[in-house]
Amino acid sequence: MTQALILEHLTAHYGTTKVLDDLSLTVPAGELVSLLGASGCGKTTTLRLVAGFLDPTAGTITLGGKDLTRLPAHKRDIGLVFQSYALFPHLTVAENVAFGLKQRGVATAVRTKRTAAMLARVGLDHLADRLPGALSGGQRQRVALARALVIEPPLLMFDEPLSNLDARLRLEMRAEIRTLQRANGTTSVFVTHDQEEAFSISDRVAIMHAGRIMQFDTPETLYQCPANAFVAGFVGFENLLPLAVTARDGAQVTASANGVALTLSQTDFGAIPDHFTLATRPEGLVLADKGIPARLGLRTYLGRAYQYVCDTPLGQMLATGPLTAPREPGQTVHLAPEPAQCCILPPE
Amino acid sequence: MRSSVPLPLIAFAVLVYLFLMGPLVIVFGAALSDTSYLTFPPKGLTLHWFWQIWEIGAFRRTIVTSLQIAFLATALALLIGIPAAYALNRYRIQLPGWLSTLFVLPVLVPEIVLGFSLLRSVAVGSDLPIFATLLMGHTLIVLPYCVRVVSASLASFDFAIEEAAVSLGSPPLKTFFTIVLPNIRAGVIAAFILAFITSVNDVSVSLFLTGPGVSTLPIQILAHVEQFFDPVVASVSVLLMLLTVAVMAVVERTLGLTFLAK
Repeated sequence: MTQALILEHLTAHYGTTKVLDDLSLTVPAGELVSLLGASGCGKTTTLRLVAGFLDPTAGTITLGGKDLTRLPAHKRDIGLVFQSYALFPHLTVAENVAFGLKQRGVATAVRTKRTAAMLARVGLDHLADRLPGALSGGQRQRVALARALVIEPPLLMFDEPLSNLDARLRLEMRAEIRTLQRANGTTSVFVTHDQEEAFSISDRVAIMHAGRIMQFDTPETLYQCPANAFVAGFVGFENLLPLAVTARDGAQVTASANGVALTLSQTDFGAIPDHFTLATRPEGLVLADKGIPARLGLRTYLGRAYQYVCDTPLGQMLATGPLTAPREPGQTVHLAPEPAQCCILPPE
Repeated sequence: MRSSVPLPLIAFAVLVYLFLMGPLVIVFGAALSDTSYLTFPPKGLTLHWFWQIWEIGAFRRTIVTSLQIAFLATALALLIGIPAAYALNRYRIQLPGWLSTLFVLPVLVPEIVLGFSLLRSVAVGSDLPIFATLLMGHTLIVLPYCVRVVSASLASFDFAIEEAAVSLGSPPLKTFFTIVLPNIRAGVIAAFILAFITSVNDVSVSLFLTGPGVSTLPIQILAHVEQFFDPVVASVSVLLMLLTVAVMAVVERTLGLTFLAK
């Protein structure tokens, strides 16, 4: 039942604009993979290509060893959940859910039984005879989910399914989607622009930008070890310091730029190449006695610490200082990187 | 406490209503007059003139022709207009903007000009029967209404719904009939009514395209008034009004009039 989705060298155009550039991605069987990125990054285009609503200009789409690339959309057997839910407004909840089974020629008795069972599973059996217009957003999303799941597709795809729900319901539905997906072991693709959503729900996340995948990894790896400056910036490494090594002394490395010299230990930071970018989160750049000279600007209270906007010879940085010693804007301090909240990136 | 409407506003509203309803009342009155000429207020009351419509063969025949033409022209226009409106909305981003304007053009061309050009190019140049030419002309003038009204209801249609159906295994053409059409039903009915009424009331195009033996009701009314001044025309007008009112009443019952204003 579980099948891997393999995209190879997919390129797509809208008119003459290239929206997807030689994209390759493997969604392992039974896993939930998120496509994460800002609008216009190509994530929805990828989903539409797999669904068959758009033809690629090059490349192939394979699901469980079967080539889908030229197969019409209605023969692809993919369960889709849309951002707008896309329920059939003129059909009842039960008719909506039964729609896919009807297309497959499932006998009426079996259809009714499977529909009822699916509705019970998403907790909507009492609303089977309502029209979608009479349902709340969360209920509609459950119907959409039931409608996609009941055909037991080898692949499920979600297009920003939670963005029309309020915050509390979003968390609830997120857990529900994950639970149902796990229980069925259905290979799934989840498109979203919400980082927290993608990281919390996925086995792996593909971070996309300008029609390419910037990094494809587990959420843990993406969060701790981004592979490049784009992904680093995306997961919250706000400060990017391009540095060059000037001296090596055992594990100790001295690196500098713009007249600022930093001493870093390779036992803490890992291997450091001659040219690199030091990426830190705001929590990873702390007020210290030595390090990067900085002039403090705006101070904001974050609850567990103060955050400062700082002017340094390397540009504007976000740094963190303890609650016990608030500093005033205009003071001159030094900033030191905290290894646990930093990563070493190859040069741009 | 009710907030009171200012008196001048009420007075103005009454004036507007009088202005709108006045002619209708006059036609109604004239149709019932027991005189051999058109007059208002009616002198005496009779339903004789309604019977006369039936008696005069030309009226009987043209009413049938008018209804046939209106029905067929509307059906043809919907057959062309619904797919056109669908394509214009479904592929709005891919299609050039002027394309949808193209379908409104027949409304912008004065109907007299349209009628005359059809006379020159189709009626005179070809051997088509008069009925066919007339049908062609009427299809042309009602087509813009069909495209516009159906477009309006497609504009609020979420095409993701169609994609959902396709993804669930429904072939595109079947999806159009089972999913798209039921959801733009109101627009299609509205288009039908508008087109039907437009066709029944048309004078300008019919004037050029009617010919020996085949005419429409408005043209027959014109021909009749040229020779007679009896209240038959008023009673025919009343019949036309009643037809419109009946159609509107059906719409109001089934869909609610507000949707026509959309």
